[in-house]
Amino acid sequence: MSKKAFYIAATGRPGPVVIDIPKDITNPTDKYEYSYPERVKLRSYTPAQRGHAGQIKKAVQLLLSAKRPMIYAGGGVILGNACQQLTDLARRLNAPVTNTLMGLGAYPGTDRQFVGMLGMHGFVEANFAMHHADVILAVGARFDDRVTNTPNKFCPNAKIIHVDIDPAAISKTVVADVPIVGPVDSVLNDMLEILASAEEKQDAKALEDWWKQINEWRERYGILVKPRYRTDGDMIMPEEVISTLFEVTKGDAYVTSDVGQHQMFAAQYYPFDKPRRWINSGGLGTMGFGLPAAMGVQYVHRDATVACVTGEGSIQMCIQELSTCKQYHLPVKIICLNNQALGMVKQWQDMQYDSRYSESLYEESLPDFVKLMEAYGHVGIRVTKREELRAKMEECFAMKDKVVFMDIYVDPTEHVYPMHIAPNGSMRDMWLNKTERT
Amino acid sequence: MRRIISVLMENEPGALSRVVGLFSQRGYNIESLTVAPTEDRTLSRLTLTTIGDDHKIEQITKHLNRLIDVVKLVDLTEGAHIERELMLIKVRATGAQRAEVKRCVDIFRGQIIDVTATVYTIQITGTSDKLDAFFQAVGEASILEVVRSGVSGIGRGEKVLTI
Repeated sequence: MSKKAFYIAATGRPGPVVIDIPKDITNPTDKYEYSYPERVKLRSYTPAQRGHAGQIKKAVQLLLSAKRPMIYAGGGVILGNACQQLTDLARRLNAPVTNTLMGLGAYPGTDRQFVGMLGMHGFVEANFAMHHADVILAVGARFDDRVTNTPNKFCPNAKIIHVDIDPAAISKTVVADVPIVGPVDSVLNDMLEILASAEEKQDAKALEDWWKQINEWRERYGILVKPRYRTDGDMIMPEEVISTLFEVTKGDAYVTSDVGQHQMFAAQYYPFDKPRRWINSGGLGTMGFGLPAAMGVQYVHRDATVACVTGEGSIQMCIQELSTCKQYHLPVKIICLNNQALGMVKQWQDMQYDSRYSESLYEESLPDFVKLMEAYGHVGIRVTKREELRAKMEECFAMKDKVVFMDIYVDPTEHVYPMHIAPNGSMRDMWLNKTERT
Repeated sequence: MRRIISVLMENEPGALSRVVGLFSQRGYNIESLTVAPTEDRTLSRLTLTTIGDDHKIEQITKHLNRLIDVVKLVDLTEGAHIERELMLIKVRATGAQRAEVKRCVDIFRGQIIDVTATVYTIQITGTSDKLDAFFQAVGEASILEVVRSGVSGIGRGEKVLTI
């Protein structure tokens, strides 16, 4: 049973398996023979081993003929260990790459060909590129509603190639023109092999124009090209905290997050160059995920820098784990963007409910996090002044052996932008800030 | 459109609940459902009818296939197939009605399998439409109790669903 569970958990579309062991089985007087089979075979579970050769060939031809190609890669590329293949393919095709929230790090975040995360809080240039693309290669992604905005307005000009290990993910919300069911690493390898001997040439002129257009969008809208948030005030801006975190950790930390504004800021302002550096609950939307996830990472990578980007709401979902951090010596760093509110809920209340803040404000009910940390035997640092941010963060990460909690008071009025205009918007319809839209 | 989906699955505890759970979680409605073991005791054959357009049915079959306990499945309505449903029905049969009901049962090729002074218990098999038609023929007013087995189906000709 255990072997079967691990087999199912680790193959196909990987994921957790629950084994329910009743109490009577654990009775020490009952002895069972130990047996752990070498291999398991399940007649009802046979994940695809290869992609369909004909479909793969068709996909490659489509990509070669594309004038405005686009690669849209999700968390499946990371789970399927196909990041190198993805990078090779993108370089070979000179195609722009966007990653989903779960796919961040699948393609190097600071690379020229990376146009940023896409979707609801994605980069404008990524969403524009998707909207105007004529061929989209979707790999290990599932066209989530946080990505597509209104499905029937999604990428009107594009032929869509969809590679996924799970047949149920294909043509679920957006119909694929070339569906390929198979493990992403093997499918991408097959594509690279065909490309190596392909005689057909890409339209170099069209690609050049495409890149020119994308770079124009990037110049005009890119949030990492220059700050699009307020930089002249006294308040600490949450975006600035993440950028500072990126610089202080030299972009090489393992970053986990919870759910909310801080999660989106972290995804936007901390480019990941390597896979499995960004640990997130994604579509499950689990507040309280960040701290335990950070502990898990730290437990495996003892010397690594692990930062849990969180908010004062999310961290209190699993705050008891600070005790476990003590018990197992897991010196994670907690970066708390404290805006004294459930920021994302508040943002939606601002935008859609005339700022009627129902149950989203803390109103003086927050604990003193510094004292709380001290009670657990850890270190707490409160930051309220903008000019102190960098020095205090450096101080935090210099304490290698300590659990450190940075309680950073950020501008409570800040919203996450860019943001899809919904309902009934397409990929290119976005708010750039509180008043301007595309 | 009405579809008949036929599923071969592991004859294990919890398997049925996963299939049914999938329907309720995703908001699909099951019209009828029948399950029983096959000649291979480790396998159960489940037949269910549901209503949906092509896209919805494709989603249902893909998600059913995704369940670990599901070995194989087929949408019978995609090709030529045979479907049958068994119905047991109690009908009030007194006076002149007795002969009338008897004639009706003969026309529908059913059998009267139990009799009292006032009640016939009748068994009829056929497609769901035929069973519905029988209600009309005897008149709903005289029906006392109805038990239907739900649809069982099998492909026509040489096509077989087996592992």
